[in-house]
Amino acid sequence: MNMVAEIFRPELVCPAGTPAALRTAVEAGADAVYCGFRDETNARNFPGLNFSPAELTESIRFAHDHGAKVLVAINTFPRAGAETLWHDAVARAEGAGADAVILADLGLVAHATVKHPKLRRHLSVQAAASNPDVIRFWAATFDIKRVVLPRVLTVPEIAAINLEISCETEVFVFGGLCVMAEGRCSLSSHATGKSPNMNGVCSPPSHVLYREEGDDLVAELGGWTIDRTPKGVPAPYPTLCKGRFSAGGYSGHVFEDPVSLDAAQLIPPLIEAGVTAFKIEGRQRSRAYTQAVVGAFRKAIDDHVAGRPIASDMTKRLAEGQTTTAGAYKKTWR
Amino acid sequence: MGVCTGTAMTEASIPHFPRLVDHLVARLPTLPLDLALRRFITSLTERHPSLFSRLDDQARKTFLIDPTDVSIAFLLRPDPALPRLEAVKRAPDGTIVAARDARIAGPLAALVGMVHGALDGDALFFSRDIVIEGDTEAVLALRNAVDDSEIDLADEVAAITGPASKFVAEIFRRAAPVAERMTGVTLTRAGGTTA
Repeated sequence: MNMVAEIFRPELVCPAGTPAALRTAVEAGADAVYCGFRDETNARNFPGLNFSPAELTESIRFAHDHGAKVLVAINTFPRAGAETLWHDAVARAEGAGADAVILADLGLVAHATVKHPKLRRHLSVQAAASNPDVIRFWAATFDIKRVVLPRVLTVPEIAAINLEISCETEVFVFGGLCVMAEGRCSLSSHATGKSPNMNGVCSPPSHVLYREEGDDLVAELGGWTIDRTPKGVPAPYPTLCKGRFSAGGYSGHVFEDPVSLDAAQLIPPLIEAGVTAFKIEGRQRSRAYTQAVVGAFRKAIDDHVAGRPIASDMTKRLAEGQTTTAGAYKKTWR
Repeated sequence: MGVCTGTAMTEASIPHFPRLVDHLVARLPTLPLDLALRRFITSLTERHPSLFSRLDDQARKTFLIDPTDVSIAFLLRPDPALPRLEAVKRAPDGTIVAARDARIAGPLAALVGMVHGALDGDALFFSRDIVIEGDTEAVLALRNAVDDSEIDLADEVAAITGPASKFVAEIFRRAAPVAERMTGVTLTRAGGTTA
């Protein structure tokens, strides 16, 4: 009689900014890949990135042929009077054979529920659903099958939520971190007029300028200098939340340090907490990143399920600030 | 969260172009190289149309591709209607004098590694191994479009040799593993992902 309880194998959900990155993710071991259309309907609306409808159809066929799912992120908030763009995106995703859409806006979720009832719906992290009451509302009202939890919860809090809800939960295990409540941050708008919530871009590159001054790398956003990185120090992304400012007699990262999430070592407790899927951030990254990070987390999950220890510091070199943290999962502050 | 006080972890594996070879490169006339580059960019336009369509409006920008350990740099204008790629010699003070919208600079091996999908552009930026200046939107578009195109520079060079292309490609394919071990540079496309 086998006395060893079988360990639940979570779904590994991986990013793809291009068809080539999608194929790389699938071949590196992704169970599911998430991606978006080449417009403002998704929160990674960067130049040269994302999928045309034809590319999505072809990529979904490739993923399905290799046993992987494709989730389409349509997770920005539609502008009043321009809802058609978002409605069309949901219809195109269903037409292309997507396994699910990842939505954030209440009106768009309602539209998808009525017009595309057979299309599986996930709730984006951009909806910032972080307690059992609101998750139960989404699941009961719109038959949301999975909620992507905001990166503000501890592992015990996630476990407590999972005990009180019936739908699946997905959590981020690697990649960029936001210090703000997801789906609510307008910092980028203050400097550029554009935000990830409405336009799909945080610190749009059209408003970013780098220059070298001596040994310093100077970053400007919307005409304001937001960072000056000395020689030998890792450069961060040009976001206001990770800029260096002087305030109250302190000069430095007053909002947030440039670090990336790495929860590889928390895979066991997160599985015990009832999490269904682990998500890797980084649709804006290259296929080299995709290959390295997806491969590392595929190995980490497989090692854990097989009873082997999980390797540490697998991907630190690829992290923003070249520094990683367990973030709120191991919160020691409030 | 942890406080970031560390020094940048540069890519220790990125080799620098040998100085002796660069002395020879610096003395080469640019005309033959420009002729080869013209054939190369024309061929690339025909073989990878999606690279140029993915660039959209950014295709009409001029990029200075600046391998900082080599005496020449490259001016690229990836306009599919009139693509341009030409060599520019470095001035004695190390600068490149050329009108451009954006500059992407770093060791040649880092730039080649990015093209081949072996190195991540953001990680090279975090570690300060590469520097970008000027039109950031254009640089990102180019980086993303090149990454999606899964270019293999050896195949592209072989393609411009006309009837000998298959023979040349086979020579590259056989020589690449040895050359990569000797130079530390990713000389062929990483991974096996094809549509």
